[in-house]
Amino acid sequence: MSKNHVSTTINGEPVEFLCETQQTLLDALRDELQLTGSKEGCSSGDCGACSVIVDGRLVCSCLMLAVEAEGRTIETIEGLARGDVLHPVQQKFLQAAALQCGFCTPGLLVAAKALLDRHPDPTETEARYWLAGNLCRCTGYDKVIRAVLEAGAEMRGE
Amino acid sequence: MSTLSYTSPTTVEAAVSALAGANGGAKVLSGGTDLLVQLRSGRSRPEMFVDVKRIPGLIGVREENGGFVIGAATPCVLIGEHRALQQAWPGVVEAARLIGSTQVQGRATLAGNLCNASPAADSVPAMIAARATCTVAGPSGRREAPVEAIATGPGRTSLARGELLIEFRLPKRPPRSADAYLRFIPRTEMDIAVVGAAVNLTLDPSGTCTEARVVLGAVAPTAVLVPDGAAALVGRRLDSDTLSRLDAAARRACVPITDKRGTIEFRTQVAGVLARRAATIACTRAGER
Repeated sequence: MSKNHVSTTINGEPVEFLCETQQTLLDALRDELQLTGSKEGCSSGDCGACSVIVDGRLVCSCLMLAVEAEGRTIETIEGLARGDVLHPVQQKFLQAAALQCGFCTPGLLVAAKALLDRHPDPTETEARYWLAGNLCRCTGYDKVIRAVLEAGAEMRGE
Repeated sequence: MSTLSYTSPTTVEAAVSALAGANGGAKVLSGGTDLLVQLRSGRSRPEMFVDVKRIPGLIGVREENGGFVIGAATPCVLIGEHRALQQAWPGVVEAARLIGSTQVQGRATLAGNLCNASPAADSVPAMIAARATCTVAGPSGRREAPVEAIATGPGRTSLARGELLIEFRLPKRPPRSADAYLRFIPRTEMDIAVVGAAVNLTLDPSGTCTEARVVLGAVAPTAVLVPDGAAALVGRRLDSDTLSRLDAAARRACVPITDKRGTIEFRTQVAGVLARRAATIACTRAGER
């Protein structure tokens, strides 16, 4: 069986790769493209560690086939910072110590960016529901939520 | 060596012929939020995925003749963002929005929720209560079917080889109509219904219920329509006596199992409570119109 050829855009760059049908987008990002920031936690869409943004929508890259990426626009954790300048959510996560082991952090950052892109001024409740699909077993979430709300405030210029 | 192939047709006819031609080993791929988990666990061993998301019209919500048409591959997030749909069918929209996380909402579809045929599917009771129909395309053309005709048991549907859902239709509503869906889960988010209850009703100007549909989820092998529950409501105002009759009818309709999520006794009792509460919410919403 021949492999599928995929042309897509990842973090603003045109990218081409070959994949087997059963490879997920997460498999392709990590194994074919060496973009290992997205993490494999559960492989069943429950933990959110593999979160990416596809055509402006937050999805689990473990629940999407790599071949479905054809023609799509994908944002991963690797595209969040601009060179050495961290995205506000990254900066606030550092300042608020919103991570411990760090395994869930790339997914949380991508999910938080997707939240603030769409809802620049979320309530705490909205932020908690939005991030309910991102599991973190270390932090207890309070620092995470505080960091996300503070990043939103900074992005609004407050 | 893998033998799994992939195709993303751009017409319904091409999707039907791919599905019909694959010796029964082809699966429709829309959101993939159940299918890819089943693929990885080995529960499903398809030969081909037919990705239907590139077929024009399969993604999107449009108004038609006072009702709504929802493309089969429309992700739940788009359903939740459609204001007119939310206004007309708040119960259907709240059920669709309960499925999974933000990430899952970005992919999961009503057709997938229906055809995965879990007894606990959240959107299915709400769609049945709404008298939703679906258009099924297959080798012998297209047919309309009520949503309740699709799932036949856990993981099983009435769809024949080569058939797929292409869209759902929600009818035009009379004035003072509304619906509601509630589910019980042991936490506030990210879980599977222990019991679900949908109520869709219409009131007359005095507040008497003139039409109703009551549907329960997760208390039988498929979602169950409860005609006795509707009969308990029609011709009455939703006072405590009426709601008690609804509660009893809902409990009588339950044929649940005991599993890690709940016992037969618990599910039966909760079904009555949720039916009551969903009816009360639907009644309040209808009265506000």
